[in-house]
Amino acid sequence: MKLYCLSGHPTLPCNVLKFKSTTIMLDCGLDTTSVLNFLPLPLVHSPRLSKLPGWISKDGTINLEKELKECAGRVFVDSQPEFCLPEKELLDLSTIDVILISNYHCMMALPYITEHTGFTGTVYATEPTLQIGRLLMEELVNFMERVPKAQSATSWKNKDMQRLLPGPLKDAVDVWTWKRCYGIQEVNSALSRVQLVGYSQKVELFGAVQVSPLSSGYSLGSSNWIIQSHHEKVAYVSGSSLLTTHPQPMDQSSLKNSDVLILTGLTQMPTANPDGMLGEFCSNLAMTIRAGGNVLVPCYSSGVIYDLLECLYQFIDSANLGTTPFYFISPVANSSLEFSQIFAEWLCHNKQTKVYLPEPPFPHAELIQTNKLKHYPSIHGDFSSDFRQPCVVFTGHPSLRFGDVVHFMELWGKSGLNTIIFTEPDFSYLDALAPYQPLAMKCVYCPIDTRLNFHQVAKLLKEVQPLHVVCPEQYTQPPMTQSHRSDLMLELQPPPMPYRRCSVLNLPFRRRYERVYILPELAHSLVPTEVKPGVSIATVSAVLHSKDNKHTLQSVPKPPPVPPTKKRKRVMEEPPVAPKPLLSGAVPLEAFLATLQMHGITEVKVEETADGHILHLQAEDTLIQLEEDGTHIVCDNNEPLRTTLRDLVLRFLQKL
Amino acid sequence: MPEIKVTPLGAGQDVGRSCILVSIGGKNIMLDCGMHMGYNDDRRFPDFSYVTQNGRLTDFLDCVIISHFHLDHCGALPYMSEMVGYDGPIYMTHPTKAICPILLEDFRKITVDKKGETNFFTSQMIKDCMKKVVPLNLHQTVQVDDELEIKAYYAGHVLGAAMVYIKVGSESVVYTGDYNMTPDRHLGAAWIDKCRPDILISESTYATTIRDSKRCRERDFLKKVHESIERGGKVLIPVFALGRAQELCILLETFWERMNLKAPIYFSTGMTEKANHYYKLFITWTNQKIRKTFVQRNMFEFKHIKAFDRSYADNPGPMVVFATPGMLHAGQSLQIFKKWAGNEKNMVIMPGYCVQGTIGHKILNGQRKLEMEGRATLDVKLQVEYMSFSAHADAKGIMQLIRMAEPRNMLLVHGEAAKMEFLKGKIEQEFSIDCYMPANGETVTVKTNPSVPVDMSVNLLKREMALGGPLPDPKKPRSMHGTLIMKESSLKLVSSEQALKELGLNEHQLRFTCRVPLQDPHSDSETLHRIYTHLKSLLKGYTIQHLPDGTVMVESIVIKVSSSAEDANAKILLLSWSYQDEDLGSFLSSVLKKGLPKM
Repeated sequence: MKLYCLSGHPTLPCNVLKFKSTTIMLDCGLDTTSVLNFLPLPLVHSPRLSKLPGWISKDGTINLEKELKECAGRVFVDSQPEFCLPEKELLDLSTIDVILISNYHCMMALPYITEHTGFTGTVYATEPTLQIGRLLMEELVNFMERVPKAQSATSWKNKDMQRLLPGPLKDAVDVWTWKRCYGIQEVNSALSRVQLVGYSQKVELFGAVQVSPLSSGYSLGSSNWIIQSHHEKVAYVSGSSLLTTHPQPMDQSSLKNSDVLILTGLTQMPTANPDGMLGEFCSNLAMTIRAGGNVLVPCYSSGVIYDLLECLYQFIDSANLGTTPFYFISPVANSSLEFSQIFAEWLCHNKQTKVYLPEPPFPHAELIQTNKLKHYPSIHGDFSSDFRQPCVVFTGHPSLRFGDVVHFMELWGKSGLNTIIFTEPDFSYLDALAPYQPLAMKCVYCPIDTRLNFHQVAKLLKEVQPLHVVCPEQYTQPPMTQSHRSDLMLELQPPPMPYRRCSVLNLPFRRRYERVYILPELAHSLVPTEVKPGVSIATVSAVLHSKDNKHTLQSVPKPPPVPPTKKRKRVMEEPPVAPKPLLSGAVPLEAFLATLQMHGITEVKVEETADGHILHLQAEDTLIQLEEDGTHIVCDNNEPLRTTLRDLVLRFLQKL
Repeated sequence: MPEIKVTPLGAGQDVGRSCILVSIGGKNIMLDCGMHMGYNDDRRFPDFSYVTQNGRLTDFLDCVIISHFHLDHCGALPYMSEMVGYDGPIYMTHPTKAICPILLEDFRKITVDKKGETNFFTSQMIKDCMKKVVPLNLHQTVQVDDELEIKAYYAGHVLGAAMVYIKVGSESVVYTGDYNMTPDRHLGAAWIDKCRPDILISESTYATTIRDSKRCRERDFLKKVHESIERGGKVLIPVFALGRAQELCILLETFWERMNLKAPIYFSTGMTEKANHYYKLFITWTNQKIRKTFVQRNMFEFKHIKAFDRSYADNPGPMVVFATPGMLHAGQSLQIFKKWAGNEKNMVIMPGYCVQGTIGHKILNGQRKLEMEGRATLDVKLQVEYMSFSAHADAKGIMQLIRMAEPRNMLLVHGEAAKMEFLKGKIEQEFSIDCYMPANGETVTVKTNPSVPVDMSVNLLKREMALGGPLPDPKKPRSMHGTLIMKESSLKLVSSEQALKELGLNEHQLRFTCRVPLQDPHSDSETLHRIYTHLKSLLKGYTIQHLPDGTVMVESIVIKVSSSAEDANAKILLLSWSYQDEDLGSFLSSVLKKGLPKM
């Protein structure tokens, strides 16, 4: 059993597990942090961005002014943003049988894997994961296609060029594999391969392996996966949460007793408490509005935003924000808000109960109804006429490189009254802001990451007791910036097996048993004999049928009667029937002699040897050598006698 | 031999009061717990004294599963759990869990408040009963206990209707509840995988009907409604608040829109809006089309259909009214029916099945004079139309489901005996499986023949697999020999060598040596070579080796040649084999005794 690691990003994993005869991809995360190296895509022409100076090396020998622009001491690529894909060279992607998706953030690379690679397998995901994942992909495509950029910069990727560039471009890895965003057709084609599954549903893969998603508590429909056969169990833990937010709570007990647990998707903010962050978010928001400024919240269109809106629903009136407009701007804003209301089965108990009343599970329905929250597909159209300030705007993309958020950065960045509040933990906020410097607007960083922290994971692992843990290497040492914090790493016995991008791990377990089924007819014909108290054995001679990786044993069919004319020839060709069983035990001399006597063999000369006895049957001129662990019958030309003696010896032995 | 027992307490050769007991692998399961619409006495509820004479049911039942929210499937639930006494788990889907208590409360109100019955379950009992409900998701495998697992499949009968697969060890049963194999305007079609249950328990409401295409029925329905409206008549459509009502509303709504009709359409109870709300929140349970478009246009927001007020019934001019309940046995639909029955311009369209004893059933059977309470009679002059819109599988659909699930036995419930008989014949003929149709209280016992799961050592399995070559031919049987070790509850199948090792036993070698005289005028080595070529031509598919140390090996049988001191042509062949090669050894010795073929 092997694990191929195609992504080095601990929260956007992409691993391939070879287990029994199946090849299973676990998640398909797309590392979007690469876009931070690019210039933002403005929705309306930005004079500031277009006037940025091109980059020329200090000695003037390298001139990339067409491709690279300089802003506040940092260099950015002026091109359509590109993503860092999972490794494609480590194994042939067309051999992948299935892809298991754990949550909608971890499927964004799917079109790169399923399209144009020869992939013919099935993708398994829960319904919310599929629907919301689809929304996020459509949004991404929309963001990119809305502002097409003719230029595609490639010269800077040249190895000799790249190493002369200033950081962080200089240190970017595998830049040649970076790719532009996919199109809507590729999204549709990729998602058409998804087969929906429910929590705890058991899905058989080729009869060899059973996979089953478990609630992971992180987002709508998010799951961990169990991959198991009758005797081996692998648990795949990705993006899980033990906090009470909107999704169904995490199913921990089903992770128990696994041979290997693959651990990914821990919190990216181990030192930030989500509840504290939420409080800070609210107070900063209220402060800015009261001072007459606007609040910009760069966020994904699904996930934490539901919790933020719920929190605001309770906060608005007490903070006297009843008249402040809240805008949610995204091409999929409406769909995301609507979809969140129809997945009752995937929500926490409290929200489920509301549906029984029947009431919408999320209070943002009421915010919309009372016109406190308005949603728009983009800043164009209705929004421009409805737009009132001061206001709060939720919009994407959290990287600040594309989407409507770019417009608000240009619009509000120059005023110190306004505030941008970062809540998504995926991007470093300083890097995200770099191309907008110098900025007057206030920046507040309250990343809300509800995924497991090291303390929670240690407790979880203690409880579920996996034999081995596999995790990204980042989890085996403290974070670089906090090297003294030994509590911010995994400490386990035996130590976890770390992986990095392009690792191939041999997972430490041997398959020793396989489930087979004995058909009733054969089962009835077995004759057990007790060899020890409580232990019985039976020799089994059977025909093994293997179909769809299921093995059954059935009785050996009786050979059909052979027509007499052909008999001779047939007998020659026919292989001898069942091979004989192994024998165990010993032949006791006295009892054996008595038995011989009963069968009319009386003239026996017994000779003692070092290891036993030699019996000379004088009348028959036959020798029987009896020893502790063997019997040797030397008998010439007297087949009937030989078979009689054979059967007499067998009486004293156990057959296995 | 293991067996599965099925006993219907209700719905055995009958429609209504669905309640079926299943005993499988030592577990007892109650499938549905319904009431009978046709009775107002004890016969209304299943006879739970069958399960136990005294005391609570908790000790006798491992779980209760409710297939959908119709009262003939869940109407007796609070009575069973709170008045007879059952504290174990009750499983139903989320929509069923949401809607079922509302219908139960309605039922209770009609029975207690209107009819004044006492000794009936209370509102609190309904609440307490619902606390015992564990919600089921589609396709989720729920482990009721270590051995019993259940799984729900989409049934398409009403919102949240499910079929259940029940498995204990390698024995299994599927119960369909009510289902529909053709997708309609708001629900999808029932689906199940090839789960090969030992018994498939299917409803058979429309066992003998093969319904014409749905389009025709819809056109027919719209034509009749339209004609009646045109001539100024009033149309009454008795329905249950949830289910067909939404289906027909969608149908009429789109028709009104297309034809630009002005006659009002009313929906009778306060339920509608609430009901439609449920449909919106559980949109994932509707069909694909509605699910796909719900963000843009929600199909359950009706423009033409308005709430009904009792006074409207006397308004002049045409109108269409949906009124509950669906079988005209009580409530508003009955009141309106009484008002309109005297006018031949009016029409009542019965869109679903009516249970015996209800007014719906009577008028459908052509009865034109009805005895009402207080000895009054009612002349039925309005047109009576029957259009089967209930989402039950017809004969074709039932056969289709059998093909999907491939059961080993079939058991019919929820249908009329005569119709079942017909379908039973058809099933037995077409699928060659046994088909049962027990009456209420009658037990069907089906012997199962489960295979025995054992753990086979991978080494042994691979050895056997390798015999078939690198790519084993699935059609070619491969023989397998091993030792089954039975220790406590574990069954392990290992190679004999491994069994010896694991059990700490010594191996006993049994060998045979046999000398065969042979006349052959050649040198010893030539004789040996002749033996080699002879055996090679004789035995195909065996490993035969001529070793340089002067032996021929056939598999592990050793053959040596020596000549006697006196006569160089009189050879002695020495054969030696172990017990494991007994057959081959004995065969070779007899072959060689016959001598070698002449050159």
